[in-house]
Amino acid sequence: MSAADNSSDSFMVILMKLFEHEAKDIFREFKMPTPPGGVARTPEEAKERAAEIGKPVVVKAQVLAGKRGKAGGVKFADTSDEAAKVAEEILKMRINDLPVKAVLVEEKLDIAQEIYAGITIDRNERKYVVIGSSAGGMSIEELAETSPEKIIKRHVDPFLGFHPYEARQMAINMGFKGKQINRLAGFFMILWKIVQAYDVELTEINPLILTKDGRFLAADARLNIDDNALYRHKSLIEELKREPAEQNERERLAAEHDMAYVELDGDIACICNGAGLTMATLDSVAHYGGKASTFLDLGGGADAERVKKGIEIALMYPKVKAILVNIMGGITRCDEVAKGIISAKEDGDLTVPLVIRMVGTNEGEGQEILQKAGIPFLRTMEEAAAKVVEIVKEGA
Amino acid sequence: MAVLVDKDTRVIIQGITGGQGTFHSGAMLEYGTKVVAGVTPGKAGQEVHGVPVYDSVKDAKDAHDATASVIFVPAPFAGDAALEAIAADLNPVVVITEHVPVQDEIRVIHAAKKKGITVIGPNTPGIITPGAKQKLGIMPGHVFSHGKVGLMSRSGTLTYEIAAGMTIAGIGISTAIGLGGDPCVGLTTIEAVKLFQEDNETKALVLVGEIGGDAEERAAFYIKDNYDLPVVGFIAGRTAPPGKRMGHAGAIISGSSGTAAAKIAAFEDAGIAVAEKPSDIARLLKEVM
Repeated sequence: MSAADNSSDSFMVILMKLFEHEAKDIFREFKMPTPPGGVARTPEEAKERAAEIGKPVVVKAQVLAGKRGKAGGVKFADTSDEAAKVAEEILKMRINDLPVKAVLVEEKLDIAQEIYAGITIDRNERKYVVIGSSAGGMSIEELAETSPEKIIKRHVDPFLGFHPYEARQMAINMGFKGKQINRLAGFFMILWKIVQAYDVELTEINPLILTKDGRFLAADARLNIDDNALYRHKSLIEELKREPAEQNERERLAAEHDMAYVELDGDIACICNGAGLTMATLDSVAHYGGKASTFLDLGGGADAERVKKGIEIALMYPKVKAILVNIMGGITRCDEVAKGIISAKEDGDLTVPLVIRMVGTNEGEGQEILQKAGIPFLRTMEEAAAKVVEIVKEGA
Repeated sequence: MAVLVDKDTRVIIQGITGGQGTFHSGAMLEYGTKVVAGVTPGKAGQEVHGVPVYDSVKDAKDAHDATASVIFVPAPFAGDAALEAIAADLNPVVVITEHVPVQDEIRVIHAAKKKGITVIGPNTPGIITPGAKQKLGIMPGHVFSHGKVGLMSRSGTLTYEIAAGMTIAGIGISTAIGLGGDPCVGLTTIEAVKLFQEDNETKALVLVGEIGGDAEERAAFYIKDNYDLPVVGFIAGRTAPPGKRMGHAGAIISGSSGTAAAKIAAFEDAGIAVAEKPSDIARLLKEVM
């Protein structure tokens, strides 16, 4: 069930993931050592940043996607002119279909060892888990496959929290000795403080660099905040001076109306009520040989206006060749759904074929409304899925 | 018998004076649920559908011998409301509210665990025992008929879809539990399986899962060695792309984990009959029972 169903407050469905440079600003607020550097949005700015550093630098694409190094989004430069040149290249790139709008220019480090440090939530234990590894650099998933014995984990007691002795034990178990133990433990403790302060869902330093001259520095930074807790962090969002998520117009509109909306690469838009039912409807379309373009969950208790808005948003996506509306009416009333469909049709908004399946509350009234308007409907979701696939294939 | 909720369950509604609380307490009463009191701080003395409202859970419980709570309080206050219900020893505590911050969920879940209290949800349609005419939640009661199959699910409307299909096929339900769509929920899939295992009335299980996490795999692993009665499973999200939240906060494939394929493989390995489509569930139940 979705938000509209359950609480009187409305929260937008958004994703609060911080860029590396934003996460590092927070890391530094908590006194975590990071390499000297700064963000640049043009080649000229990158040149300035490199000149300020006065040493060889690394120029990194600021984009919310993994594997940016492999995609060519991380480049080294020995001079500030060279930094400007590589920044220009990176700023023209798209990584994982996302535009690169900024780069982070930082001192190039003399690496002795790459380490992993992070905190996330263990869904099964329902606890935070602190994770460390002496073999950083690759993703934790890759690490789990290649050398699981090198992953050190510690669950956080929900009542006692995470304490320095535990962080030190992790550093020891990761193989560090002497002064390194306290230094590395400090990174874990800072991460834990940030997790608590900002309702963090996932944070990672990968790699955390041990330099040849014995310094520990957070060379990368990942920080995802729990969307559901954003109301507690309004000042952070203001400071960041940006929207919580990079969204296209359709995603923005859906979020504004508190609808769950995901675009896929097929051509059939599925508009349903409830996340599980919407997923199952997408799967049914695939079962009959079709491909969904759109996952759109109206949530519970949608009225005619909301149904109409959902259809409008779905139709804005150019890939859509047909719409499948599948409603299992509980607190959603079928007569309201029917009215919404009719109103979308009357406004001339409906430019593609529509297949409707709805059952449940006020089913009879809803079907009567559709019948009068000459709009066919089906009784089961399988029939409806098969029908919409057939229509798209005929049209092709 | 049934699971967690039976004819003796006496329910309070936290957030009863709000829009959702008022609407659903009415629907619960209409279905037959013994809603004995409501709680909204500062509104003691009011009535909703003839149900008296109290300022605190303790007051409501003391006055009416309540045993369980259903929470409709908005997300920023839902964690606190659940802790209040746990402090008053209500059991189960059903948290309908969606969008509860995960730090609050963790605190609530472990506070309940310490006292042996079952939290259902958050982000759940609730729990229903048709044989006792008791529903603690927002599901349409009429699609659930009384019978011998235990139903558990991470989603709402998909559960109604499946329950309606079972009812049409003449297959009834002992208790149906919505486990909740969040990554962290109180009652887990495996714990729900164990509850149904202890229930004499439940003769078969339907396990409705979805992408994200590995709760289904863990339950399947348990079922393989410990559960002898027939089980039918369904997983939503076979065609969901990785890295996208499919409506539920918990419905996300991260990297290579949480895929429908892995869950279906675990089901098959445990001898669970896997339904391709929701409508296959009733047919499979008839085959295995």
